Amino acid sequence: MGSSAVWSLGIATFAAAVVEMVEALTIVLAMGMTRSWRSTLWGVAAALVALTAFTGVAGYALATWLPRAALQLVIGGLLLVFGLQWLRKAILRSAGRKSMHDEAAIFAEQEAEARSASAQVRLGLDWFSFVVSFKGVFLEGVEVVFIVITFGLNAGDVPVAIAGAVAAVVVVLALAVVIRRPLTQVPENTLKYGVGLLLTTFGTFWAVEGLGIFSHSGDSLTWVGGDLVILALLGGWFVLSRVLVATLRVPTAASGAAPLETSEV
Amino acid sequence: MAFLKGFVDFWYDFLIGDDWKIAAGVTAVLAVGAAIVVAGGYNSHLLTALLAVAIAATFTLTLLIDVRPRKE
Repeated sequence: MGSSAVWSLGIATFAAAVVEMVEALTIVLAMGMTRSWRSTLWGVAAALVALTAFTGVAGYALATWLPRAALQLVIGGLLLVFGLQWLRKAILRSAGRKSMHDEAAIFAEQEAEARSASAQVRLGLDWFSFVVSFKGVFLEGVEVVFIVITFGLNAGDVPVAIAGAVAAVVVVLALAVVIRRPLTQVPENTLKYGVGLLLTTFGTFWAVEGLGIFSHSGDSLTWVGGDLVILALLGGWFVLSRVLVATLRVPTAASGAAPLETSEV
Repeated sequence: MAFLKGFVDFWYDFLIGDDWKIAAGVTAVLAVGAAIVVAGGYNSHLLTALLAVAIAATFTLTLLIDVRPRKE
């Protein structure tokens, strides 16, 4: 894999992990600050154990059982669906048709829920904060794990993909320890747009290549320009997304809504 | 039963997400591509380029469906 591909891989997994970690952190902080840090951290620990097991099983199964073209098709198809979902949200947000992701509002909502939930003790733990923090970390973590496994396996460099995600975990945790409140300053909407573009680009590349599994030889299809076409795909998706934002933008006067910052994306 | 529902909901949310049309559109384009590959006699470079355009067109269509004006 060339150095540009290594950087793309590392940046993609880093950005995806930052987004998901920030979201998980908001849930963990809300539970810890309003209910019980001990139970919340047990929930986080249990989720990390479950994620490790999930990573091992899923990574082994995908790498062992599927031929290369089939792996590209399955993983590329899923990445494509993920990426297009993220891109859809980013385009609708930039066009003023969907509210921006607001970590402070989500924190306030989680905090209110935590305060109103009844106290139920199981295994010596405040069960509400344990379950909510477990689910929050596991659900956000599964997406990161999936992206790391898929990017790593398809690009043939799992360690770089893991390094990108681990770097994100370290950075977000360090910021959380210093700031001790939700990371509202992280440009999540912009990151999601960028990650959406990368997932969509690589998803398109691999899913289409993987259709070669249906050929007589079973070999992957080939793109004109080989791996370099990834840059063209990235450019194409970027241009299309900007055209869609411009085309779908809600006229401020007609909607009566305040203009959104166009620099968000 | 609640566990099963939660399990199904999780995977639906994980794999399909907010907009089922995107997953359906991607599946449809890839299915057409698979059919062409099975039939044989295609040019790989041309086919891959056309499928990329088809995916972009399908995505654009799903967004246009989402934002179309609705009758009251």
